[in-house]
Amino acid sequence: MSEVIVITSGKGGVGKTTSTANIGTGLALMGKKVVLVDTDIGLRNLDVVLGLENRIVYDLVDVVEGFCRVKQALIKDKRYDGLYLLPAAQTREKTAVNPKQMIKLCDELREEFDYIIIDCPAGIEQGFKNAIAGADKAIVITTPEVSAVRDADRIIGLLESNELSNPKLIINRVRMDMVKRGDMMSIDDIIDILAIDLIGVVPDDEKIVVSTNRGEPAVTDNKSLAGQAYRNITRRILGEQVPIMDLQSEEGFVFKLKKLFGLKSS
Amino acid sequence: MLDIFKFFNKPKNSKDVAKERLKLVLIHDRANVSPQFLEMVKSEIIKVINNYMDIDESELDIQLTRTKSEDGERIVPALVANIPIKSVKNSGK
Repeated sequence: MSEVIVITSGKGGVGKTTSTANIGTGLALMGKKVVLVDTDIGLRNLDVVLGLENRIVYDLVDVVEGFCRVKQALIKDKRYDGLYLLPAAQTREKTAVNPKQMIKLCDELREEFDYIIIDCPAGIEQGFKNAIAGADKAIVITTPEVSAVRDADRIIGLLESNELSNPKLIINRVRMDMVKRGDMMSIDDIIDILAIDLIGVVPDDEKIVVSTNRGEPAVTDNKSLAGQAYRNITRRILGEQVPIMDLQSEEGFVFKLKKLFGLKSS
Repeated sequence: MLDIFKFFNKPKNSKDVAKERLKLVLIHDRANVSPQFLEMVKSEIIKVINNYMDIDESELDIQLTRTKSEDGERIVPALVANIPIKSVKNSGK
């Protein structure tokens, strides 16, 4: 049975698009047939994060307006079997699509795909309403910052009132060194405040920038910590029990060396 | 003397400050009501409880928060009140 999952956050810039790209690619690597839908009309980015920007012919608005068939607008990722993108329109506005059309589109995609992952725009207006309309489940992304957690809380409330109960949480860009110093809210602090189930913790990782530069999701990089975190999230979405990564032991070589010589108190 | 106390009293971690501020701001976000509304609820509660108990009004804390429902499936809003009781009045027994 196929599943429609919306990735949302409220606040912009916390990693919705990056998470969508990584989770989608991760699911495809696990042998699932996946389509990623970019609903951020006017500010599309999922295409560049995935490195598929040069292959767009038709987009989401073309599909809902009946200008082309869904299949014509889908871009097949040639690197990863089973991964497809439905890009957003760049020269239109959020109001070009309505929730009813999104429900219809999701139902159509269900027939073809195991997972439909929807990248939600920032904000709580029309774009958000469109993105969640056809979803069965929701994943909320936050970072350990006051502004992001506050917006996540608002989004959780809105999801609940739209019958998307029990959303799952991803805490992105965690820096264990700062958490240890007491200068960053810990995973427990954030769960304590938001009171929802955790589905993953992604450490702050330079490799995310590098992978976005190249248009290759970090989930495919075996050496990337964030990539490992996304592989774990993918497996949890598939129903596996995977323990949350112990970020404390994942310190770099230099740190371990310093520790060895007593330069760094643990 | 005061300085010695300061020395032992470590400054608060910034994450604790963040957490506290968040908790306060979320009370109002979640309730979608004004602080005056909560004050009104608070004073009404004090009035009722005062009929039966002596309470420490200055320490009374009332918050709108969220909690898991009993089946653990949903998240439901909850009104949490922390009311320190000084003594129970005889008339109430």
